[in-house]
Amino acid sequence: MPIKSYLAHPHQGKKQELVHELSSISSCEVIPAENNDLVIVVTETNNNTEDDILKEKIEAIESLKLLAMVSGFDTPKSN
Amino acid sequence: MYTSLTNRREFIKKMAVMSAMTAAATMFPGILFAEEQERNLPENANLDWKKAPCRFCGVGCGVLIGIDNGKAVAVKGDPKSPVNKGLCCVKGYHSVISIYGKDRLTKPLIKKNGKYVETSMKEALDLIASKMKETISNHGKDAVSIYGSGQWTIPDGYVASKLFKGCIGTNNVEANARLCMASAVTGFMTSFGIDEPMGCYDDIDHADVFVLWGNNMAEMHPVLFSRLLDQRLKRGVKIIDFATRTTRTSMAADRSIIFQPQTDLAVANAICYEIINNGWVNKSFVEKHCNFKKGLTNMGYGLEDHYSFDDKPEGITFEAFKTFLQDYTPEKVAKISGVSAKDIKYMASYYGDPNKKVMSLWCMGMNQHTRGTWINNLVYNIHLLTGKISEPGNSPFSLTGQPSACGTVREVGTLTHKLPHGVVTNKEHREFAAKIWDVPAENIPAKPSYHTVEMFRALDRGDIKFMWIQVTNPMVTMPKLKRYRDACEKEGRFIVVSDIYPTPTTDIADVILPSAMWIEREGMYGNSERRTQYFEKMIEPSGEAMSDTWQIVEVAKRLGYEKQFYYNEDTHIEEIYNEYRRHHEGNKHAMAPLEVLKAEPGAQWPYVNGKSTKWRFNADYDPACSNGEQFHFYGNPDGKAIIWQRPYEPAPEIPDDDYPFWLCTGRVVEHWHTGSMTRRIPVLHKAMPHAYVELNPEQAKEMQIQTGDRIKLTTRRGEIILPASVNERGVPERNQVFVPFFDENMLINDVTLDAFCPISKQPDYKKCAVKVEKV
Repeated sequence: MPIKSYLAHPHQGKKQELVHELSSISSCEVIPAENNDLVIVVTETNNNTEDDILKEKIEAIESLKLLAMVSGFDTPKSN
Repeated sequence: MYTSLTNRREFIKKMAVMSAMTAAATMFPGILFAEEQERNLPENANLDWKKAPCRFCGVGCGVLIGIDNGKAVAVKGDPKSPVNKGLCCVKGYHSVISIYGKDRLTKPLIKKNGKYVETSMKEALDLIASKMKETISNHGKDAVSIYGSGQWTIPDGYVASKLFKGCIGTNNVEANARLCMASAVTGFMTSFGIDEPMGCYDDIDHADVFVLWGNNMAEMHPVLFSRLLDQRLKRGVKIIDFATRTTRTSMAADRSIIFQPQTDLAVANAICYEIINNGWVNKSFVEKHCNFKKGLTNMGYGLEDHYSFDDKPEGITFEAFKTFLQDYTPEKVAKISGVSAKDIKYMASYYGDPNKKVMSLWCMGMNQHTRGTWINNLVYNIHLLTGKISEPGNSPFSLTGQPSACGTVREVGTLTHKLPHGVVTNKEHREFAAKIWDVPAENIPAKPSYHTVEMFRALDRGDIKFMWIQVTNPMVTMPKLKRYRDACEKEGRFIVVSDIYPTPTTDIADVILPSAMWIEREGMYGNSERRTQYFEKMIEPSGEAMSDTWQIVEVAKRLGYEKQFYYNEDTHIEEIYNEYRRHHEGNKHAMAPLEVLKAEPGAQWPYVNGKSTKWRFNADYDPACSNGEQFHFYGNPDGKAIIWQRPYEPAPEIPDDDYPFWLCTGRVVEHWHTGSMTRRIPVLHKAMPHAYVELNPEQAKEMQIQTGDRIKLTTRRGEIILPASVNERGVPERNQVFVPFFDENMLINDVTLDAFCPISKQPDYKKCAVKVEKV
């Protein structure tokens, strides 16, 4: 079960829009910075295929300027 | 221990968040994630937020501590603090976690038959007092010593100085700020006759150009660096990183200029040459406010025991200074420094441009330097020649590394030669201190005894038999460490260590006292910009832990000094602070009343007529200016600052065929100094679990070294094995390596050199020769 964290950089003036879009994706946890145009995104999916699909979905968001992965973990399923 | 997969996933998610936050913090120092902070709070938390200065570095950020049921559970930047304006770095944000490490020292321990045995605080304090009496009786008062810290609160350092200098009558008082700030002090004293920066952090909001002299601000002072970056976004300011190694600061700067170790002396002189040669001297400022002097040269490096040096300054003319600089043309200096003449001229042009305000910032790169006083003088020379000093945005600014290196060590004067007001060599100063301390003036010896390196050498020789170490970890930080570790373990030495966690220093103690940490007691710190900040006791200390202040008071009473240590346990911090303020009365250094410190996010001395002083020596801001001119450098009797003729001289140990690399040591953003607190914060420890040796990527490839390979470093003092780091955080130049010193399991100081600046006596941790081998 891949767990990854990213730094998401919005286009200028589009931070709120990006936070809104990311928050609507169920497997994304979103933590916006209070004083910078930057958003932390943590994803949790069931397998690598789902992970790839999710990443494509995030990258398709128009308000997103750049998505940079920080860490990636793969954990066994709990059930 | 069983961990469920669900828990493990949650833990990994948390780690993923923390990794991202740490990465974000290094890209955007001071970045805040308020929602994450709120999420970590207990459910239905009704937190009581109390203000304090941060526990860690010398920036002195104002933080708000969230208290829930007697426990500190959250930290956020104090938006009312003019220092950090609500920002907080990754260490500050996690600081309260360091209070609750599983291995906190909670009971006094006494070494008996080689093993530590728990005892009561009363018995431990009795033993310390009796050992001190016995040592003084058998070996004299100069056989006892105290070694404190820039993490001492103001009251801690004050009672230490009063007990040892005033009551016992020995100048064996030193603090670890000797290892980090002493060259800044002697730089100020020799150039201006008075210590500490003339400017303040507000300079950041006014300067057009920032020149960072060997100062990796992005990692060491991230909140201040974020203020620089903020100004670049708002006003397009320029940041020039002038350093020996490429760091995160270099990467964020507009220009990175690399110089060969030790040659900053030559480059600073070349900048002065350019200023004069191009007619950029502010003649009226220099004529009115500056004198020219030179001192002795070829001073040596303090490598031998009992080394001593006294400078013999003599006045010179501007013409003589100009002639001296002929050896420092940009073209000549380019050959030894590796900095192109073009880059030297580029830096000089900013200093010389009358329409640009320039702030120079430095910290350990200039201070941990065998010519540390000189390089401080030389940067002041640049600002004095151009008149760019003591006004908003024109500011040579020495940053500190510890929360109260200024407030306690420099202002209280916990160094062998110092008193709270003045120096021990001055009869009037001794009499003034003695009067306030209620001791005979002749109690205070007129001669300084041992600076830090010499104090540990004296312990090794047996001249010192008793040492009390508080709030510091010298068995990680002393250069040429093995000699001094062996010294502490010699027969006939008695070492007391007051700390909050076990460290390599508690390992060599005969008595370990558990100390109350930071907000477990009341106190004050003083930061880099002369700002004194108060914090109240917010939570109960762990176990039997006691504040360092009260430990000393208790021992002083047992030694028979009840009259001088009259303080009431409930009100002693207020009583001590009010007594301490008397030492600094007057327009030059008046301290704010305690009620002001309690109400405000700190106050900057001189605090006169209810007002902090932001810029000293400038009549528009500083009430102590009295010469009728715009500027008054009143630290010197004639009211003038000094421009010093100081040459370039090489380092004591330079790479050769046997030891062909330079070794530089330093810090990382995740850990504060020796890591005794931050390594107990899981997210910081996991982010940076151990030390490493950084190599130049090209050279590593030639040596077939990859990240993680085991590398043996050998110097004339010994050897150490570390994992390699290639193209990770910092990038050294060819034939240079860098090792952080936070890791007590990889003690890099076992191999460093104990050479020091002959004037400041501060060791140089940035330069020695080393052999590098893959093993």
